[in-house]
Parts: sequence; C-alpha cells; structure tokens
Amino acid sequence: MRIHTTRALAVATASLLTLGIAACGGTSKGDDNGAAGPASTATADPNAAIKEGLKIAFLPKQLNNPYSDVLAGGGEVAVGELKGEYKLVGPNDAAASSQVSYINTLIQQQQDVIGIAANDPNAVCPSLQQARQAGIKIVSFDSDASKDCRDVFINQATTQGIGESLAKMANELAGGEGEIAILSATPNATNQNAWIKVVEEELKKPEYSKLKLVKTVYGNDEDQKSFQEAQGLLQSYPNLKVIVSPTTVGIAAAARYVSSSNYKGKVAITGLGLPNQMREYVKDGTVAKFALWVPSDIGYLAAYAGAALASGRITGAEGEKFTAGKLGEYTIAKDGEIVLGPPTEFTAQNIDQFDF
Amino acid sequence: MSELRGRLASWDSMIIVVTAVVVVAASIGVENFGTSTNFTFLVLDLLPIALIALPMTMIVITGEIDLSVASTLGLTSAIMGDLWNRGLTIETIIPLCVLVGALLGAVNGVLINRLGLPSLAVTIGTLALYRGLALVVLGDAAVADFPWAFTGWVTGTIGGGPVPNVLLVLVVLAVAFGVVLHATPVGRALFAIGANDQAARFSGIDVARTKFWLYVVSGAIAGLAGVLWTLRYSSARADNGAGLELAVVAAVLLGGVSIFGGRGSLWGVLSGVLLLAVLQNALRLQDVSGQALNIVTGVLLIASVLLPNIITGVRDSVHRRRRRTVPLKSS
Repeated sequence: MRIHTTRALAVATASLLTLGIAACGGTSKGDDNGAAGPASTATADPNAAIKEGLKIAFLPKQLNNPYSDVLAGGGEVAVGELKGEYKLVGPNDAAASSQVSYINTLIQQQQDVIGIAANDPNAVCPSLQQARQAGIKIVSFDSDASKDCRDVFINQATTQGIGESLAKMANELAGGEGEIAILSATPNATNQNAWIKVVEEELKKPEYSKLKLVKTVYGNDEDQKSFQEAQGLLQSYPNLKVIVSPTTVGIAAAARYVSSSNYKGKVAITGLGLPNQMREYVKDGTVAKFALWVPSDIGYLAAYAGAALASGRITGAEGEKFTAGKLGEYTIAKDGEIVLGPPTEFTAQNIDQFDF
Repeated sequence: MSELRGRLASWDSMIIVVTAVVVVAASIGVENFGTSTNFTFLVLDLLPIALIALPMTMIVITGEIDLSVASTLGLTSAIMGDLWNRGLTIETIIPLCVLVGALLGAVNGVLINRLGLPSLAVTIGTLALYRGLALVVLGDAAVADFPWAFTGWVTGTIGGGPVPNVLLVLVVLAVAFGVVLHATPVGRALFAIGANDQAARFSGIDVARTKFWLYVVSGAIAGLAGVLWTLRYSSARADNGAGLELAVVAAVLLGGVSIFGGRGSLWGVLSGVLLLAVLQNALRLQDVSGQALNIVTGVLLIASVLLPNIITGVRDSVHRRRRRTVPLKSS
C-alpha cells in the first residue's frame, strides 16, 4: 500500500512539474514581453450623429452597493436620453477576477459600450481587449482599468483634488494639530490608494506639519469589518482626533460607531460619503463635514462618452471634444481621461439639498 | 447500507444525466451559449474549481476535508508575484509554486495525520493562516507584468479553435485522478478508509500515510491552480481565489460524494462542477443577477441531498415495504 501511494504521488508530482517546464530559455521580469494592446487607428468625426438604439452596459465593482447604484442610475438616465438600451450587471463581491465572467458575457451579447469600474486594473485587461477586438467601446469610471485596455476614463475628480480636499478637511476638523487615521476600502483599490498617497504627500507640507497620520486600516468596503476597524483604531490610538474614510461604506460605519460611543464629539469623522447615508450623523453632530462629487453625474457622463465613442464622434485622443447632455461640453485630457469636476463639500447647511 | 449505496450510485448517474440535459437545453434555449468563444470562457471559469475538486474528491471520500485550498491558491499566487518581482524566470517560478503548494499541503497532512487533529479544524486554521501569509508576502500590491507568452497560452485556444489550451491540463489530470481513484488499489484503499478506517487499518492499509499524501497532492494542485489563475487574470494578488473552497466543496457534494466518506465518483464530481458552471454561465447570459445564481446553487445543493431520499421513499411506498432508515454515523 505504501509503495503504491508513494509511487502514485511521485508520478503525480513529476507530471505536475513537467507542466511547469517550458520549451526553452528563461523569461524574467524586464524582458520585453510584447503585450501591447491594439492601437486605435480610427479617426474622430466631430460631426458624426449620435446613434440611437446603442446597447450600453454598466459593470460596477459590485452590485448592491449604494454608491454603485446611484452612479449607474445616472447612466440609466443618460441612456434614456440617448434612446439606447441600458443594462446593469455585476458580481456580488468586489474580488479582482469576479468581473471577468461578466465582461465575457457582455462580449457574447454584443453590446456597443461597456462602462466599467475596475476592481483590479490588470485582471480585467485581457477580457476588455477581447471586447475591443469585437468592436465594443470601453469607458472606465470611478476606478480605472489599465489605459491600454479602455478607450476613455471618466475621472470623478483629479486624484490630486480629492487628496487635497481630504487633507484640508482633516486639518480643519483636527484644529490644525494631532493624530489622524485613514479607514480605506480594500488594500488594492486603485482610487483609494491614489488618494491616500496624495494625502500623505500633502501632510508633508508646512501648514500640515502638526498633523500626524498614525495608521491606515482597511475595512474592505464591508460594513461590519469597517465598523470593527474604526473601533480598533480608537482603542489603539486614544488621542486620535480624526478618522478620514475615503469610502462611503467606511465613513458610514465609522460614523455609526462613533455616534453610538462615548467618542462622540471627541473624534471627528470625515472623508467621502453619501448625503443620504450621512444625513443623520451630520444632524446629530457626529460629522461636521464630508465631501463627494455627485455620483450620478459620473454614470451620466460615462454613458454620453460611450455613445460619442460608439458613434465615431470621439476616439479617446487628447483634445477631442463632445457634449454630455445637461453637463455641457467636455474635452478629453491626456491618456483618454475625462475629468468630471471638483468635489462638493457637504455640511449641516447644505446637506438637505442633495438626495443620493 | 446496501440501500444507501443504491441511492448514492443512482445520484451519481443522475447528476451526469441532469448535467447533460442542462447543457443541451442551454445550447438550444440560451442565445450565444453554444458559441466557441463561450465554450472557452466556460472552461476558463470552471478550471480552478475542477482542478481543485480532483484531490478534494479523494479527500472527502476518505471522510476528511481540506478547506485551505483557496488560501493555498492565494498564497501561491502571492509568492509567484513576489518571485517574479525578484527577477526569477517564469520557467523556474512555475514548478517552484507547485512545490510550495505541495509543502503547504504537507503542513496540513502533518497536523492532521501525525498529530491526529480533525481535518475540519486544521484546514479552517490554515485557511486563515495561508491567506494571512499571502498578505504578508505581497501586501496590497498586485503584480501584473507576466510574460505574454504564458498569459496568452492560458487564455488561448488550441490552434485558435474552440478548445482552450488549459483544457488539456484538466483532461490529463482528470484522467490520471480518475484512473487512480477507480481502477487501482490506491483508489480502493481510499474508499475503504472512508467506509471504515479501523477496518482499513486491520487490512494492512497505512491510513495516516495515505491521507498525508492526499493533502500533499491537494496542496500541489491548489498551487498549480494558483499559477494558472495568476496567468489567466495577469494579476498576482494575495486575495486571489478567496471563497473558492466552498465552490469546490459544493461541486463535490453535488457530484454525489458522501460527506461522511466511503462513497462517490470523480465523474459525478466533474459533472457537478460542469453543472454549476453551465448554470452560472447560461443564467448570466440571460441577465439573471448574481444573487439569483447563489439561490440556484443553494437549491441545487439541498436538492442533491434531499432527492435521493425522496426517490427511495417513493420507491419504498410503491413496494409497500416499510423500512427503518439507517442512521448515518459520521466517521
């Protein structure tokens, strides 16, 4: 019996290892792997008519996330104005690979435009390339895919602008000095990490010299984990003055925890949040100020950009212009980026003017 | 016991029939399901689950379980990214990663079979431990610049046709595992252990050693799945494959393997994997939401446990025989 098992294992291991042995030579990091995407050779026709009946699909990071829902809602409105066919699909979890099967499905369904908020800029790349080869236009929004794999990226605000706004609010709420901490989403969320980097850069400036970023924790955009991480922060850093959470799930969970604990009034919560989720915490004094762009406008702009691409009015090259319904005219910046505009700050004074 | 055997055997063949029916129905009724591109996507989607299900079938047949497989996949992926960043060649990294997987499996094997700890507890422990180590190795980084020759091979098809390259890997391994499980003394020993490990021990089978090697193979396959996963998504990440262990266990149980050990077939399990993948794929093409997919999977699993009992019940009442059901004892 022993002999049999060991022999079977030896055979199994050997065959597994042979799978790993390639034909010849070695390939290591830095070798030219020549995996460039197809270059866009199309030319834009600024006078092209916007086609009707375009199939425009939205693929957020995950479904049933209030933020994604509002965002896609804006897309739905725009697709309605464009007389196209709107579709919303997406995974239940925000794992890197979850979106790939959905992209593949959309390719099979021969959509005209896919609007995607990428969970991982690279994991979705091969499928997006396949989609583009099939003639589908790719508009990334909220969280970019690698720039070789999409036509344009709708940036809700410049990374720099968001980071500066977060640092400024944290400084105001801390009264110019003390410990602050960051509660982020997943450790590899493209947008979160870019903003956090800017905040770290900002804190090096002389006007923020008395502010100390003690820790960045990750709540994975899950309510329970974010709540626990906020709790953990306050236990580990009793002198903490501000928790900055650049994610709607995190800021709501942190505010809920602080509003129901004896830290209320001692620790400020700020970051990026949804007015509807944060309203009660603004009214009860837990949260003085937070910011966000108007998310429905991102989806709205993404749909218009997609329609302009699919109609041949733009190709994604720098300097091209198109009109996005009620939002007016936009110009494509470097690397196919389209910036929505500056974020809005919400306080007790203005929060009731917003419903999202 | 014979009644139970009949029940499960019939479930094995039934799941194969059900799967065939679903595949045919989807090909006819679902637009774009029967295309060659879709076949490629389908195979790529089910590949990691199918691979890991091969050794999992054997482990569950012996009455044990390995819940650390998805974390092994993730840790292997993280190590793969780290080694690539350090400048090793991909040809060196791939076999190393399979070895790492085998080592991680060996850790499970030692804890379960040398120290005699329950496999459920041990592998839940290593599920957390290996995922934690993956985060230590790669942190929040993602490594993506793997050579096109390899990533392209994994997502590519044989001669540009409908058959994905990775299907070769799966077929070779599935045949190997199928032969070992169903046509060799090793396979018979596994069933014997699952049916009654005391009896197996008395008949001269080295139970601990056999189980130890099962975990090593399970780890190695999870390592290989980690390599293929990383290349397919061109993304080495610490959180790759999170939650996959439950998809594997679901497919194994749906495929008619008894969670108590001693019963099951690899072909039933592969049908289970295919059935779940086809349902997911077809429902997605029909724009059915992810939640509904979960509900379908759940209902199927419960049905796979209930149906054999109901069938037996109906058969018994037809024969007007009253039997007392045999209570199942877990090993």
